[in-house]
Amino acid sequence: MADFLYVFRGGMSGTQHFSPEQMQKHMQAWGNWIGELSKRGQFKGGDPLDAGGKQVKGKKKTIVDGPFAEAKDLVGGYLLVTAENLDDAAELARGCPILEVEGSVEVRPIRKM
Amino acid sequence: MTSAAPPGVVEHLFRHEAGRLSAALVRVLGPANLDLAEDVVQETLCHALEVWKMGRVPDNPAAWLRTVARNRALDLLRKERTRTRLSPQLSGLQDDLTPAVDAAFTEDSLRREQLRMMFACCDARLQPAVQVALVLKLLCGFGVDEVAHAFLASSAAIEKRLGRGKAALRRAGALGDLSSPQLTRRLEAVLDGLYLLFNEGYHGAHPELAIRAELCAEAIRLARLLTEDEATAQPRTFALLALFCLHAARLPGRADSQGALLPLEEQDRSAWDRPLAEEGMRWLARAASAPPTTLLLEAAIAAEHCLAPSFAETDWGAIVALYDALYAQHPTPVVALNRAIALGQLEGPERGLKELRELPGRDRLARYPFYAAALGELHLRAGHAAQAAEEFRRALRLARSPAERSYFQRKLAASGAT
Repeated sequence: MADFLYVFRGGMSGTQHFSPEQMQKHMQAWGNWIGELSKRGQFKGGDPLDAGGKQVKGKKKTIVDGPFAEAKDLVGGYLLVTAENLDDAAELARGCPILEVEGSVEVRPIRKM
Repeated sequence: MTSAAPPGVVEHLFRHEAGRLSAALVRVLGPANLDLAEDVVQETLCHALEVWKMGRVPDNPAAWLRTVARNRALDLLRKERTRTRLSPQLSGLQDDLTPAVDAAFTEDSLRREQLRMMFACCDARLQPAVQVALVLKLLCGFGVDEVAHAFLASSAAIEKRLGRGKAALRRAGALGDLSSPQLTRRLEAVLDGLYLLFNEGYHGAHPELAIRAELCAEAIRLARLLTEDEATAQPRTFALLALFCLHAARLPGRADSQGALLPLEEQDRSAWDRPLAEEGMRWLARAASAPPTTLLLEAAIAAEHCLAPSFAETDWGAIVALYDALYAQHPTPVVALNRAIALGQLEGPERGLKELRELPGRDRLARYPFYAAALGELHLRAGHAAQAAEEFRRALRLARSPAERSYFQRKLAASGAT
């Protein structure tokens, strides 16, 4: 087993025009997906990220407001999972409800010591 | 840390909180800013979705939503105040905003504001279809597409309908106060509006029973809300709620597994919702009034059906007497038709047929499929197969929905014709 990071991008604009009932269903879909990962012991943690933030850049260490990525590229959260291998981790990510609302999941192996 | 259905997230939480928050926000921002209030609700729910979706649902999700909406409303008001502040002296008023906004989000206020919104939506000057659309959108938290779906209408048509209704709400300036005697008089219009909503579910054309059951459930929820305020907790409200409960209790037995409507005599009474029927009986006991209102009589008729252990053991004598009283108050051809059907059960099909043939106002039922169907039914029981088939064919031609069509089709087959 190895550890993987899921980086969620976009998906916000897809839900913005949802009706309240659709939102609740969408949330339940997330709950089901994460619940399934937990049940199999593959869920290790994760958080949603606020849209705001700062960026610290360059040797001058300037602090600027950001990120100002386009909505579809904006990172909205991350999840840590364990999986057999990268293919398995990617397969699991296909169950993520963010894909129903024009978002994406980037699956990254975490480097081993 | 995570579970599939967090305990606080009850069914329809988002939808029902949307209704509560809209009402509170209209209180705070004013009906003129109805669109802004709806935007705040949408932002609040979107925010909740993003924060909660990965499993971090607060212990009290409803309270969380209310806090977010309250803060957003306060922000909006403060910005507006800063923008329009004319003199520094007025800045001292800044702090006065918080208690006023908080007051709109207390449990008590949320309930009352929903009621005031209900009165505003069920304004007799608005078309009935506009009233029901407004209730679904603003109080029940339906999306435009969902309202359209329930009415089998296009989203564009519903958008237009809602636009007309909301323009009227905005023009009204302020929602009426529940304590005013004028508003109490308008309770009749509210009850009518909820009756329409319930009927859309109970008799509506939508082929999906689940959709229609939901409309009935919403009408019941809003009627229960009316019973919680002393201004609206009146015998006629109890009668309406009794009627809803006693009808809705029988919804689970109304269709077979294919969704085809079943006549009362073929329904599986063990499928009826007994707790809901009992609730209906409790409201009925509190609904007594002299003289009895039409709602009370209708509820009492529904109660007779609910209480009967079987179709054969139905107290048709009591039902005919109730229809007599109902007809005396509300002499419509449909009431006369139902009375004649009950009489046919009490005194036999020939008596029912005689009654139907001489029905006052029967010319107005010429296009009502259940008039022909009732004739067919009684002919069938009297052993006049050919006449029965003829009437069921007529009913079939007049059917207004696929459910009605398949119902009459089956009746036609039962009469021996094909």
